[in-house]
Amino acid sequence: MERTAAVKLKNITKTFGSVVANEDINMSIYNGEILALLGENGSGKTTLMNMLSGIYYPDEGKIFINGKEELIASPKDSFRLGIGMVHQHFKLIDVLSATENIILGLEGKLNLKEASIKIKEICDKYGFDVDPDKKIYDMSVSEKQTVEIVKVLYRGASILILDEPTAVLTPQETEKLFNVLRNMRDDGKAIVIITHKMHEVLSLSDRVAVLRKGKYVGDMITKETTVQQMTDMMVGHAVSLNIERPEPVNPKKRLEVKNLTVRSEDGVIKLNNVSFSLNSGEILGIAGISGCGQKELLEAIAGLQVVENGSIEYIEDDGKREQLLGKDPRKIAEMGVSLSFVPEDRLGMGLVANMDLTNNMMLRSFRNGNKFFTDRKAPKALAESVVDHLKVVTPSIETPVRRLSGGNVQKVLVGREIASAPTVLLTAYAVRGLDINSSYTIYDLINQQKKAGVAVIFVGEDLDVLLELSDRILVLCGGEVSGIVDGRKADKNEVGLLMTKVGGTSNE
Amino acid sequence: MNEKKREPLFHIVKREALSTKDALVLRAVAILLALVLCGIITMITTGISPIEVYKSIILGAFGSTRKTWVTLQSISILLIISLALTPAFKMRFWNIGGEGQVLIGGLASAACMITLSDKLPNAVVIILMIISSILAGAIWGVIPALFKAKWNTNETLSTLMMNYIATQLVAFYTIVWEVPKGSGKIGIINQDSNVGWLPQIFGSKYLLSIVVAVIVTLFMYVYLNYSRHGYEVSVVGESERTAKYVGIKVEKVIIRTMILSGSVCGLAGLLLVGGINHTITTTIAGGQGFTGVLVSWMAKFNPLSMILSSFLIVFMGRGASEISTNFGLNQSFSDILTGIILFFIIGCEFFITYKLKKNHSHTKVRKEEK
Repeated sequence: MERTAAVKLKNITKTFGSVVANEDINMSIYNGEILALLGENGSGKTTLMNMLSGIYYPDEGKIFINGKEELIASPKDSFRLGIGMVHQHFKLIDVLSATENIILGLEGKLNLKEASIKIKEICDKYGFDVDPDKKIYDMSVSEKQTVEIVKVLYRGASILILDEPTAVLTPQETEKLFNVLRNMRDDGKAIVIITHKMHEVLSLSDRVAVLRKGKYVGDMITKETTVQQMTDMMVGHAVSLNIERPEPVNPKKRLEVKNLTVRSEDGVIKLNNVSFSLNSGEILGIAGISGCGQKELLEAIAGLQVVENGSIEYIEDDGKREQLLGKDPRKIAEMGVSLSFVPEDRLGMGLVANMDLTNNMMLRSFRNGNKFFTDRKAPKALAESVVDHLKVVTPSIETPVRRLSGGNVQKVLVGREIASAPTVLLTAYAVRGLDINSSYTIYDLINQQKKAGVAVIFVGEDLDVLLELSDRILVLCGGEVSGIVDGRKADKNEVGLLMTKVGGTSNE
Repeated sequence: MNEKKREPLFHIVKREALSTKDALVLRAVAILLALVLCGIITMITTGISPIEVYKSIILGAFGSTRKTWVTLQSISILLIISLALTPAFKMRFWNIGGEGQVLIGGLASAACMITLSDKLPNAVVIILMIISSILAGAIWGVIPALFKAKWNTNETLSTLMMNYIATQLVAFYTIVWEVPKGSGKIGIINQDSNVGWLPQIFGSKYLLSIVVAVIVTLFMYVYLNYSRHGYEVSVVGESERTAKYVGIKVEKVIIRTMILSGSVCGLAGLLLVGGINHTITTTIAGGQGFTGVLVSWMAKFNPLSMILSSFLIVFMGRGASEISTNFGLNQSFSDILTGIILFFIIGCEFFITYKLKKNHSHTKVRKEEK
């Protein structure tokens, strides 16, 4: 029997300048089904979904909602048609409560009490756990996400789109979210989830649809497919899905962090008495819910964070110790410590979005040479070699990096950071938002550094990857070390529990 | 069918980078359209032939040798001020205190001319004028920079307030130094001895400012594009966090850049007082500290393009005042024309970045109707 599609896209095309983001896409989304939308970075998933939520307008093609042709010219139209999107970045107002955020922007009389009751009803129906009167700033990431989902349901959405919803959640929180989504599916809602995590696709979705380079490649019933098959379809050719983990060669203590305590500007403890050591030729994974002090820890080592207490010592090959604390990045470099840092915020911190590749390479080298003039030849050569070796897709090295896709931006940044032959490499969420292919390129690069004897800190969010890549895993919880485990022996549940172990600032 | 009508007629699409040539053509078309509209408005409101009006504008700027020189000199001063503001703006430091920095530089020159004329030889006075005016401008620039660097105060407010202080100081010294007493103005300083008058070069009293402008333009171009300092300015402007990440001391760059910005403004003040007017009034900067912001933005902070944008502003301004005298029109009328032209020039930047695309279903609907 032919089902009526909740959403039917017909010949949708969208271009940005000369870039074709979506080309002639035909696909359907059905009620009572969870559809996983797969594709590499830049394959047009988000663009396509943004056309449903009224952010972009298609250049060509038609959209049918419940069998009727509709025009979605603005987010308002999208709401009217019952389409709700939960974005990767939350759009909530911190100082308002959950209820206030949920009814914000709705027309009609303001009736908080009635709204609260209705919200409670929605929560009970699907199994959400949210306190309508709690302020957003008191909420954990997963609670905020719940509010976002309740918000679209409150507005009567029957078609839900979630853009990488699990990127910020612990395994336990993810499972909770999935249960809610399953309840919603059973209630007859149409759900689209964009994700890069294959095991989530397998456990949650009913059907997968794959985009590649802006085109619709095909769809499959999840039960009848495998990770390998889906990945091959996304990439267009067969890929190997194993992460290497060579044994550390001749590990020596390289960095020793003792009793590190960091307070944020408003006096909140971000790191509490953190101690650990890092060896050369080793990858130390750092796991934790986002905001548990990972950023502060890396920035403290890199000389970018004011530290209240503790010590960070760099140990040279001959055993000589150097204190890194209280020195800025320039001083640390002048001391002869070759420390590279791939920060979480690539375009806001690691690179300058509006500058071209050469100028971005120059960030590390502009002080070399002449006192007045900058040397452009060396960074230009470096840019060329990075583009060449890491297969960066860019029109030219004169292109501003903001125009590159996420994976290519990261290749440029990592390429620059490892070019200086570091002895310590800090990476924060090095593969966040990257597709499978780019992710594996980055894992390879990090492993090459490890083999070359570099001491690597890898802050990650995907526990499966952390467990496959790291020699040891340090788990942070609420700014404290809740455990350091052996990456070869630990299992996912154990690490997941450590992530929420220390009471205090955990969100339970 | 009702719903069909809700679709906007056009939607905005970002274009890929236009080639320099196409962008230039687009800008030329914008100016042409602006002139046509100006002509129509002139016709309707005054009944004067627009051709006559345009002729007057051109004659106003280049009608005689003297007029041409004055135009070039005005361009030079505006250009120097715009160039002075550029490094600050490139650093995303909104220095709208150019007016005050020029004025205080001028006041420093005037002070040397008035108080030292009978004590020191001319050459020494001139050297002291150069030093003191540049220093004064630098101080006026660095005060808001220090506040910004130390306490992260809003530089838009503090640079603006510094303008008022400079104006009041000049007003105060106008009373102290007024000649003759009670006239409320200073008059030409050292009219007989010419002490502190900047020298004429190649026998032309206009050439000095032009030569200085050329030097400053070249310097700024090299400084911003090829020097370490210029690179640091760009990085700080684009992202302070990136700057800190690579160990650039943001506070130091802010202070250093504002010293430069203020110094060059002070230099413009020196030229205005010592080289051109030989007197000082509260309005000697003539709003160019603000016009310079526009010139700098229009040129997208490129010192070489600034030659064109400052030319355009001065040319229009001089032409506009010519028509108001020639046809007995109010000065406001020329302001209207300048406003229209600026509107088109700035508006065309939108079309350089975006294009309007006609919505497909409209074309389709229309075809069906046929």
